[in-house]
Amino acid sequence: MIDRRALFKQSGALLVALGTAAVFDPLRAFADTVTLPFDNGERPLVKYPQKRLMIGMTSRPPQLETPFSVFNDGPITPNDAFFVRYHLAGIPLEIDPDTFTVEVKGNVDKPLKLSLAELRRMPSVEIVAVNECSGNSRGFFEPRVAGGQLGNGAMGNARWKGVSLKAVLDRAGVQKDARQVTFNGLDGPIVDKTPDFVKALDIDQARNGEVMLAYSMNGQDLPFLNGFPVRLVVPGYYGTYWVKHLSEITVIDSVFDGYWMKTAYRIPDNDCNCTEPGTPPKTTIPIGRLTVRSFITSVGNDAKVAAGQPITLKGIAFDGGTGIKEVAVSTDDGKSWTPAKLGQDLGKYSFREWQLPVTLAAGPHELKVRATNNGGQTQPMKPLWNPAGYLRNVVETTRVTAT
Amino acid sequence: MKRSILLPLAAFAVSILGTGIAAVSAKPVTYVLPDEATAFKPGPNLETVQGNCGACHSADYIATQPQGPAFKKAFWEAEVTKMIKVYGAPIDEADVPKIVEYLVQVY
Repeated sequence: MIDRRALFKQSGALLVALGTAAVFDPLRAFADTVTLPFDNGERPLVKYPQKRLMIGMTSRPPQLETPFSVFNDGPITPNDAFFVRYHLAGIPLEIDPDTFTVEVKGNVDKPLKLSLAELRRMPSVEIVAVNECSGNSRGFFEPRVAGGQLGNGAMGNARWKGVSLKAVLDRAGVQKDARQVTFNGLDGPIVDKTPDFVKALDIDQARNGEVMLAYSMNGQDLPFLNGFPVRLVVPGYYGTYWVKHLSEITVIDSVFDGYWMKTAYRIPDNDCNCTEPGTPPKTTIPIGRLTVRSFITSVGNDAKVAAGQPITLKGIAFDGGTGIKEVAVSTDDGKSWTPAKLGQDLGKYSFREWQLPVTLAAGPHELKVRATNNGGQTQPMKPLWNPAGYLRNVVETTRVTAT
Repeated sequence: MKRSILLPLAAFAVSILGTGIAAVSAKPVTYVLPDEATAFKPGPNLETVQGNCGACHSADYIATQPQGPAFKKAFWEAEVTKMIKVYGAPIDEADVPKIVEYLVQVY
């Protein structure tokens, strides 16, 4: 949706360039930059090892956004297109899978150091789940807020395979006084005083059987920048909890008060998890489940489509784990809605594809898509706001012209 | 550029073969990051900015922030203060106004 328009623009530029230049560089044919559709949205397209051309938000530490057209290719996001988000620049650049261990410690009967080989020998579990960055789509907030200025590409859906955290914790023997479990990875700060990136889950959630130590993503080892060799997978929860290069699991008898739980990644503690635009919340809680969202992926903004004949609109929907109940599409700017046909059900944590044939009269149209989950939650027609730029899930509008 | 892409992929391939079945890989997996995509734009106190801000993050962290009247002195003062107070950046008090001056003028 986003990059499509930008790529069209660049294609135009390319045609002009081809008219005057003799040298054809296939990498450059994809354009050097894309422009996300908000102010100051120009980004370089960057090539990283194990990744296709991605939208580069930051270099150090690397943060890469998935080009939106990828989401039209199927419900599973390929590993080489999966977004990358780090917080601190001390990222590991060399990991030996033979000596790598995940340490389990704290309030447990038997502290453990599990090698990758030991993890692979334990019974495996598999789940298809969306990983979405808390700040996905932050660039669209109005008024704008500080932070990573992302388009809609900081999300992805993969088939994760690994060991359930419950099995690991059971092996270590969680003691009765346990309240939370904290997770730390090999990435860390440059300056000692910068709080290390450590996240926490309540003990009940940690033992729900779904939270996983994943060593495989879509049937392959995890790409390095997606947390090789093991990352935490917390189905239904925002990516901030999916700690990469997971190396330390600590059971504690208190509520963890580290910066990345106590101060960062907090949302307003009210029914809408929102505030009046431009104002701070009274009280906050840690961010948790994904909001319900849906997108049209088959046409982008400013696209030209055929008038007077059926075209098939296609897209994706997802939520925080109740599963998608209905996706409805409006081709008249929200006046009337038609249910779309849902695609294959890959599980309640997965992207759910949808499609709907529509016939558009000649002229401009505003296409909207709205998902409802099995919990009865749906998407707001007007965007909700919070100062950190999290949870965006407004009904998306795609403007097309039928000719 | 080419070398930096191919080397880690080769290392990764070795690792997949090694760990896939028997976990006998001989070598660690290495990753080579490409060069940084953006530099700090020219402006007043550039070296102070490069030395302080650039120690922990690349210039694009600054360059991609929202711009315009609402994102001038107060915004950048708050950001620099956050870097010191929250993230523990060892920035001299005397450098703070210099950094803010640069950020306000250039971005």
